Amino acid sequence: MNNKLSVTSRILVAFASGALVTVFFLPAWRIDLFAPQYPEGLMMNIWINGLTGDVDIINGLNHYIGMKHISVDMFPEFKFLPYVVGFYMLLGIVIAITGSRKFLLLYLILIVIGGALAMYDFYQWGYDYGHNLDPSAAIQVPGLSYQPPLFGHKRLLNFDAYSFPDVGGWIVIAASALAFGVWLAEWYHQRKLNKK
Amino acid sequence: MKHSFLKTFFAFSLLLIGLVWLQGCKPKGTQSAAGGDAAKAYVAPGKYDEFYNFVSGGFSGQMSVYGLPSGRLFRVIPVFSVDPEKGWGYSEETKPMLNTSHGFVPWDDLHHIALSVTGSEHDGRWVFGNANNTPRIARIDLKTFRTAEIIEIPNSAGNHSSPFITENSEYVVAGTRFSVPLGDKLDVPINTYKENFKGTISFIGVDKTSGEMNVAFQILTPGINFDLARAGKGKSAGWFFFSCYNSEKANTLLEVNASQKDKDFIMAVNWKKAEEYAKAGKGVKKAVRYAHNKYDDNTHSATSTIMNEVLVLDPKDCPDMIYFMPCPKSPHGCDTDPTGEYIVGSGKLAAVIPVFSFTKIQEAIAKKNYDGEFDGIPVLKYEAVLHGEVSKPGLGPLHTEFDANGNAYTSFFVSSEIVKWSVKDLKVLDRVPTYYSIGHLSVPGGPTKKPWGKYVIAYNKITKDRYLPTGPELTQSAQLYDISGDKMKLILDFPTIGEPHYAEAIPADMIIKNSRKIFKLEENKHPYVAMGEGKTKVERKGNEVHVYMTAIRSHITPDNIEGVKLGETVYFHVTNLEQDWDVPHGFAVKGISNAELLIMPGETQTLKWTPEKAGVYPMYCTDFCSALHQEMQGYIRISPAGSNVPLLFSTGTNLPAVTTPAATEKPATK
Repeated sequence: MNNKLSVTSRILVAFASGALVTVFFLPAWRIDLFAPQYPEGLMMNIWINGLTGDVDIINGLNHYIGMKHISVDMFPEFKFLPYVVGFYMLLGIVIAITGSRKFLLLYLILIVIGGALAMYDFYQWGYDYGHNLDPSAAIQVPGLSYQPPLFGHKRLLNFDAYSFPDVGGWIVIAASALAFGVWLAEWYHQRKLNKK
Repeated sequence: MKHSFLKTFFAFSLLLIGLVWLQGCKPKGTQSAAGGDAAKAYVAPGKYDEFYNFVSGGFSGQMSVYGLPSGRLFRVIPVFSVDPEKGWGYSEETKPMLNTSHGFVPWDDLHHIALSVTGSEHDGRWVFGNANNTPRIARIDLKTFRTAEIIEIPNSAGNHSSPFITENSEYVVAGTRFSVPLGDKLDVPINTYKENFKGTISFIGVDKTSGEMNVAFQILTPGINFDLARAGKGKSAGWFFFSCYNSEKANTLLEVNASQKDKDFIMAVNWKKAEEYAKAGKGVKKAVRYAHNKYDDNTHSATSTIMNEVLVLDPKDCPDMIYFMPCPKSPHGCDTDPTGEYIVGSGKLAAVIPVFSFTKIQEAIAKKNYDGEFDGIPVLKYEAVLHGEVSKPGLGPLHTEFDANGNAYTSFFVSSEIVKWSVKDLKVLDRVPTYYSIGHLSVPGGPTKKPWGKYVIAYNKITKDRYLPTGPELTQSAQLYDISGDKMKLILDFPTIGEPHYAEAIPADMIIKNSRKIFKLEENKHPYVAMGEGKTKVERKGNEVHVYMTAIRSHITPDNIEGVKLGETVYFHVTNLEQDWDVPHGFAVKGISNAELLIMPGETQTLKWTPEKAGVYPMYCTDFCSALHQEMQGYIRISPAGSNVPLLFSTGTNLPAVTTPAATEKPATK
């Protein structure tokens, strides 16, 4: 049995990990907010190393309900996330060069763990923002929290909030899917070989 | 006896029959014309109009902006008159805009509109307006819909023949309505008009990129009155045409005395030639005084500079620069068609509309086909320059606009109608009544090389029974007619502010894309800006107290100020810290003999106040900005002169005093 990945697979893994470079130039996630007074919508883009969009306006509105002021320097993630992505890219290239099956398996496991951790972290921040409110806020609705949706849509007072991957995020998802696809194809191919 | 009774009876019967008959002949009134095709003017809620309509505000001194075809009013742009609602002319930043060589003039009469053009087509950058009383021209920036610049016109009296524009916005013109004594000899008997009074037309240069204006040169003219004007287009682009009246040079009862001659003039000016003469040093620099006021969107402040010199070209020294063309009976409108070949003169009292041919004008000039001179200026032969006359068009022709299909639309004040006629063969094609007494009219793009057509709008002088009565003073109005078919159809009446004179309309897309939403705070170069709440302060400079204040939903900072004394003047410099679209804040103080401020996001504006009584004065945000707008308020304490209350200011830290009244003196920290 050949323990190395096929050339096609190695190229695909190299391509997938190479595609991750786009998240340095494109936002990974976006939160959109719509309200009667904001028909054009407010948007916040989350990058691996910062935030862009209508952050100041959203902060201005959030102060009514006592939410914390969102600012980039509060998130240590923005400092190390670029290195994490770099590590994933490096690992992908190592796989492509060595053609190691074991490394590919490790890569897939790390993708699942990384993805889960990212979503958990995102949820934690959302929970913190939505629940830990300034007790002297002007608007206080007993029992109501303002945790933004993790994924999809949620109604927050007069706002419809939407949370979805942005372009960079979709590329990460597609790259991960590609890595899994490579594994599946290799596995299928191997089984066929074994049968022979 | 019996006979005379019969006679009397008979006479009365006749009278009665006559009266009944007369009753039957009474005009049906306006109901018959009230049909209006409302669907064509309907713009559904939340939908945009197709055109912006910039309408002069007449004696309101302002310019209004409507949507077409809905006739909805969007904005009144303060131009020549103070506007307490927007703080225009009340804030320290805007006061210099209304400065003139006569000092601060709080009002004027805005008659005409000129949208900037490139290649005689709208480019959507600026709109110009004239001040008919104290001669000035204003430039409004269409990115902000605000008056960016006002320039006073020296040697002018009543800037009516203005601000019409050349093909690439090289110049806007300013022809004086009144001729007046010029130069050093100003104090002369009025009845020495013929010897001492002169006219001028000024060419105001417009900078290609910034739009900034300058009085490039003036042409000295005989002492007549200039009424309206139009630049040529295409082949005639190097020429400008001015209608003139009072060639009789009357100085009193002009109604009669300036209506004596059968023909007055349209003055044709070869402005390219005039420009050459000016460059070649043929002009004479004259000492004058006029104000040049500019508003800067970065410092959010205006400056006013008094200028001292103007270049005057005398036709005596500049041959082949101006010519007169006879035009029947006190011409008013003077309009060039989209091709630039035809110039339409509208004698207010004439029975025909003469149409002049640019080609024939050039031929007549080349052949020196003159009909004598007027004050040394050649008068071209009427017949030699005439393309033809529109016969029996109506009564009292005033103005003409054009569509893209070779048709002209002329307004008739006396017979209260719009008449559509063909420029080429001068045939009347259609006529519709207006309600009532139309002055100017406008076809979108009508004065350009590329009319957008679709509608003609009538700007009326009288409304009478068209709207619910509002006492002796009634609304002014406009009427929208569909001209897409052969017949003009009335589709909408809409009221207007002030008195509408000329107006122009431009497709909305050309403006929307440039419209500014906010001023960027980081670009704010106001000397008294507070770039954040941490930068707010109160400073005493001699007997002035400067409050560097900020406004953001929903508080002002500082909102508790103490230690100001009687005899001091307070300057509230309020910076709106918002960076979000459509969140202005207002600012007002009780008892202030000034106005409010209306501050756009990222902008700083200043309100000056000299309190006259000691006490505590409330101040608040006047523009409903947020759910907690009503809480956006504060106090300023004014103490007697010589009191020792320390100067204090804060927001949110001046906590309730605990015990004695003396505690009120306790400092609040910032």
